[in-house]
Amino acid sequence: MSGSSNDQSTFDGGYNYAYLDEQTKRMIRRAILKAVAIPGYQVPFGGREMPLPYGWGTGGIQVTAAIVGRDDTLKVIDQGADDTTNAVSIRRFFARVADVATTTRTADATIVQTRHRVPETSLREGQILVFQVPIPEPLRTLEPREVETRTLHALAEYGVMQVSLYESVARHGRIAKSYNYPVLVDGRYMMSPSPIPKFDNPKLDRSPALQIYGAGREKRIYAVPPYTSVKSLDFDDHPFEIERWTGCCALCGSSESFLDEMIVDDAGSRLFVCSDTDYCGSRTAATEPAS
Amino acid sequence: MSVALLGDVGTGFDDPTHDSQRTFRAVLNAFAHPGRIGDLERTPNPAGPLCGASAAILLTLADGDAPVWLAPSFDQPAVRDFIRFHTGAEIVARREDAAIAVLSETDAGYLAGFPIGTDTYPDRSATLLIQVPSLDGSAPRTWRGPGIDGRIEVSVPGVPESFWDNRRADRESFPCGLDIVFATASRILAFPRGVAVDS
Repeated sequence: MSGSSNDQSTFDGGYNYAYLDEQTKRMIRRAILKAVAIPGYQVPFGGREMPLPYGWGTGGIQVTAAIVGRDDTLKVIDQGADDTTNAVSIRRFFARVADVATTTRTADATIVQTRHRVPETSLREGQILVFQVPIPEPLRTLEPREVETRTLHALAEYGVMQVSLYESVARHGRIAKSYNYPVLVDGRYMMSPSPIPKFDNPKLDRSPALQIYGAGREKRIYAVPPYTSVKSLDFDDHPFEIERWTGCCALCGSSESFLDEMIVDDAGSRLFVCSDTDYCGSRTAATEPAS
Repeated sequence: MSVALLGDVGTGFDDPTHDSQRTFRAVLNAFAHPGRIGDLERTPNPAGPLCGASAAILLTLADGDAPVWLAPSFDQPAVRDFIRFHTGAEIVARREDAAIAVLSETDAGYLAGFPIGTDTYPDRSATLLIQVPSLDGSAPRTWRGPGIDGRIEVSVPGVPESFWDNRRADRESFPCGLDIVFATASRILAFPRGVAVDS
């Protein structure tokens, strides 16, 4: 490996293309097609052991490995950032095993693998957004038995989640769930949008991009086709709302993006900056011409 | 014990890894945009009545875990040998055992018997490859559903009227159902189960 500081990695032909063997890719591809045909339904698949632990994106990586080709341009983000450990290592992994171009620019990517955020830049038709999912079953915290949750999905019986949201309203005066906020896909299947902030939920609705969700430990793949309704659950008198705040990004000044709180010194001073580093960086570059 | 000799098995992909990846992406794009015609850049040269696009999709999706059912017009040694040699998939005699089925447009009028999945496992359903002579030229029908921005006009010539009637009735079984890919020499058009066709 060269000592360059960026994440450009050389293609290593010692692995099968994109790491997974061809039969595994076919199995995952068949699962993805069924997932797209049944929007929001969790398709079981034979999840493989990957060269990183569960919780680091094994599901998303297997989905990306099954779809990626040499013509693709891959972007990987973790909490919106391209430069975090998880994002850098996954991007290097695919540069090494799949001979694929990588980018940090959302607009240039054909595949965006993400953990816990949806890019601020609107996605376009033809792009694929791959989510890393820890717990794919939205009802799991309410009903631990797989047999039961599967039956509830079969019957589209989602009252238990409405009760849970109602209890939140009764206790807090509002629906207090702020991430992993449950959605109904195409009016049929309840789906976990993965632990994205509910701020991102509206971006999923009728998105022109294809969304594929991969859960490695739980071995489930689900998908939302383009232009498909993704409705966040709510009540008539407590409609779904995203967070609003008065501050703006300390770097680019955006008042529309999702902000991270940074502690910047030992005295506890804090700063709010965009979680999406590409969005923030391109706004900063536009206002400050390169010297 | 007799030894089954393979006849002319045709030629598969030049580059199985990358050609199947490109084919898969075309199929995925077709499923994501029902009613939109997709082009396959790399198609194999199969023996017998298989068209290039359906052969490419078989090479991409069929294997020992995905058995193939052939309509009578395709059930001939050249097709069986092509599939068995290049994919290793089992050719099954009963429709209910099929993961993938190959049919012609005239077979499309009767699709009963293929697995449509269950209420708890709707994914355990067959994918049908229906070969058609072309993907334009007949009176268009209006499709709506997931993946379609509003509506789209789709023309699939040669498919019998009973196909559309059955499909309308089957839509009531959602999430169970059959996923269909119409295939010509090098073009495909997907018709997943969630699409509703206006009458």
